[in-house]
Amino acid sequence: MLIKASNLTIAYDKKEVVHKININVQKGEIITIVGPNGSGKTTVLKALTRIIKYKKGEILLEGKEIRKIKDKKIAKKIAILPQTRNTPEDFNVETLVRYGRFPHTNWQGKLSKEDKDIIDWAIKKTGMSHFRKNKLTELSGGERQRAWIAMALAQKTEIIVLDEPTTFLDLSHQLEVLELVKNLNKSENVTILMVLHDLNQAIRYSTRIYVMEKGKVIAKGNPEEIISSELLKDVFRVNSDFYEDKRHECNHFIPYKIEREIHDRRNIK
Amino acid sequence: MIKKENIDYKIDHRIFKIAVIFIMFIITLIIGISYGSLKINIIDVFKAIFFESDGLNHNIIFNVRLPRNLVAAMVGINLALSGVTLQGVMNNPLASPGLIGVSSGAGFMAFVIMILFPDYAYLVPIGAFIGAIATSFLIYLLAYKQGVSAIRLILSGVAVSAFIGAGINILMTFYPDKVSGGLSFMIGGLSGKTWPDFFSIWPYTLIGSVLCILLSNQINLLQLGDEVAIGLGLNVEKIRRIFIIFASFLAASAVSVAGLLGFVGLIVPHITRLIVGSDYRYLYPATIGVGAITLVGCDLIARMLFDPVELPVGIIMAVLGAPFFLYLLREKR
Repeated sequence: MLIKASNLTIAYDKKEVVHKININVQKGEIITIVGPNGSGKTTVLKALTRIIKYKKGEILLEGKEIRKIKDKKIAKKIAILPQTRNTPEDFNVETLVRYGRFPHTNWQGKLSKEDKDIIDWAIKKTGMSHFRKNKLTELSGGERQRAWIAMALAQKTEIIVLDEPTTFLDLSHQLEVLELVKNLNKSENVTILMVLHDLNQAIRYSTRIYVMEKGKVIAKGNPEEIISSELLKDVFRVNSDFYEDKRHECNHFIPYKIEREIHDRRNIK
Repeated sequence: MIKKENIDYKIDHRIFKIAVIFIMFIITLIIGISYGSLKINIIDVFKAIFFESDGLNHNIIFNVRLPRNLVAAMVGINLALSGVTLQGVMNNPLASPGLIGVSSGAGFMAFVIMILFPDYAYLVPIGAFIGAIATSFLIYLLAYKQGVSAIRLILSGVAVSAFIGAGINILMTFYPDKVSGGLSFMIGGLSGKTWPDFFSIWPYTLIGSVLCILLSNQINLLQLGDEVAIGLGLNVEKIRRIFIIFASFLAASAVSVAGLLGFVGLIVPHITRLIVGSDYRYLYPATIGVGAITLVGCDLIARMLFDPVELPVGIIMAVLGAPFFLYLLREKR
């Protein structure tokens, strides 16, 4: 078990936003957390990667409490691609990817031959070789996202955590990023933990899904089994039709109507 | 192969720029020392510094101009380093030493001493230093809540500075006749600075410069955002605290010697960034050079422009520096 979070409770100030959830990540999986806005997906991701502190419960990274592991050591196990990040105007792709080696170098950040090889490999793997010397601000949204993934890849970790990696990208770039993620999982055996908004993409790319609602995990498991029209109705308040995606041998749904009744009834109460 | 050459060329480029900056610094320093009410040629300057032990030239050069120019350089370096550091740790281009209360704290203490205890005017530098450090410590504490976020620090800095500003205004309102002494501190200047001032500031410059350059890789990570930096294994909280301490000591030491020279800490980092880019491994050394050039150069102009009347260097810096900065800003984009 790579990551095992039990009875995890997270609070902002005194307000509890995630209540006693359990999440496990095993080697080689692609795990996606889905749920409506405000359900606590990103919060969980941040706690699992020690960006925010949690209140109760425990998070074990390879059996060891994450709070007791040194920062750089965690960074050798888990790479993160958060949503909030800052792009210095004059940094080029290579400069960014170099920082992926930070946890592996000493405090001066001197790169060895091996570090340089890994940087080259990460740039190549993400298809960024042509853009190596381009400034990040000159790239398209999809290319920039790939550059950040290259940085995470250069960390050479077992797990890469991605928070909504496809948000703000157009259709082809979304596909490109998700195919890259899948490819990394297959060919490099990198374990993936991510948050996605598009449920059809989640079904297609994940080996396991956690569905969150109001700070709780309300369903987990094989995407085929748990994403059903009942669940979509309960959690996302939509009625939908399910179809079979023959090419990818998985389900695909189309939502057609918002379930207003449940909403209205709640408001009256 | 072609790519390899490209990489090397780029790095050389920045190192070359830094080298030029430092050569310019040396030249500015020599001009600063040889020009003044009495123009002394360069050979005589060297003679006066290294060989003579008496005489007019020696007195002017060694006892007046050399220490004053060195103090100017150190003040420039400290303020510029402080500003560029704060801009990095706050991830905010408007950050400057004033933001962490250094200006308001030092200014308030200067006013208190000059107005309420005029007999102890010689305590202004040490008082200003204490005021600056205490205020930035207070701001840090007030911003602290499970760690310090950049935005909370900036806002609590604004609030505390406004509060202390009110204190200064109260003093000015009740003692309008005694305002002038404090006012010259607020404007800032290098008039009459000599060896004791140099000795009180150089340790900060040396230690600050060395530590900043050693930790440049760390501050680079902060530029990518807190969450990315944490993900890369940086203890963001600790590094930010260390850099804020650097910045407040650097600025406090400068302010206690030369008064509130607000401009240097804000604009010099940006000028330098336009020249060498935002990678702190290059930005720090370049900032040291540009900070020193700016203050030595502006002080020279301040002394020469209406000779024998001397202008406060702060005024020259704002009048020349701001348009120069705007020019760079428009040219580069």
